[in-house]
Amino acid sequence: MENKEPRKNEKEKTIPASRMTAYIGVFTALALLLSYIESLIPVFLAVPGVKLGLANLVTIVALFKLGVLPAAGISLCRILLSGILFGNLTMILYSLAGATLSLLVMWALKHCRIFFVTGVSIAGAVAHNAGQLAVAAFLLENGSMFYYMCVLAISGAVSGLLIGLLAGSIIRRIRI
Amino acid sequence: MCEQRENVNRTRLVSRADLILLAVVLLLAGAALVFYETHKEQGKLVRIRVGSETVEVLPLGKDRTYEVKTGEGSNTVVIKSGTVSVESADCPDKICVRHKPVDSVGETIICLPHKLVVEVVE
Repeated sequence: MENKEPRKNEKEKTIPASRMTAYIGVFTALALLLSYIESLIPVFLAVPGVKLGLANLVTIVALFKLGVLPAAGISLCRILLSGILFGNLTMILYSLAGATLSLLVMWALKHCRIFFVTGVSIAGAVAHNAGQLAVAAFLLENGSMFYYMCVLAISGAVSGLLIGLLAGSIIRRIRI
Repeated sequence: MCEQRENVNRTRLVSRADLILLAVVLLLAGAALVFYETHKEQGKLVRIRVGSETVEVLPLGKDRTYEVKTGEGSNTVVIKSGTVSVESADCPDKICVRHKPVDSVGETIICLPHKLVVEVVE
């Protein structure tokens, strides 16, 4: 709302704590809603884990607009809340592993100047699937998950591309 | 208004590196999948495990139904005409039930909530 505020480099701009709190709340609510919508979409394919990753949209926008710590906080809240509301403990564990790895990779790639939001999103989606699969391999002590990783890498890349383009369009347009 | 438009134009959506990343991931995974598909061989046995513990090994050649009961719940594993599938389960997500029947060495059907692994072996 405050248009007169001096606008220098967007990334350097610090957001006042009160606004940040409000943003985190709104973003978390949005992420939770998208998680729920995603859970309503049936699994089309025979391979588990193939999904759109709608909630990642919020994480990416938060990562680019608010910073890595708020994005991590939003992810954590979203996973805990959606796990408690619609899932179970195992689901929380898988989501946490995926989200942590995904956010770390996205953060790292965001700092490489050569990648834009789409690349960050693709890498994040693939990392998310890899993290979940790593937990599954660990819990089940099953090494033969090579096939899943290939399928999940492809599906992650495609959904990451879509979500990345969408996130990029959002990041361009919203002003925080 | 003008300021906003400038802001919109400042961020490009896709960089060359993004496209290269996408291509590399798709190519690697695609190549690995093709390799996997061309090198798979028909399995002879089905190993049913709960966690790390093998509970049953069944021949893939003989049709039968096997009920797996764990502390978490039960799954009905069905072997039919050389393929194995999970017909029904009382797990919350039913991913194992939706999984396509498998018959090649190394293929698995996994029920994460029940820590059940149905694996085709030689």
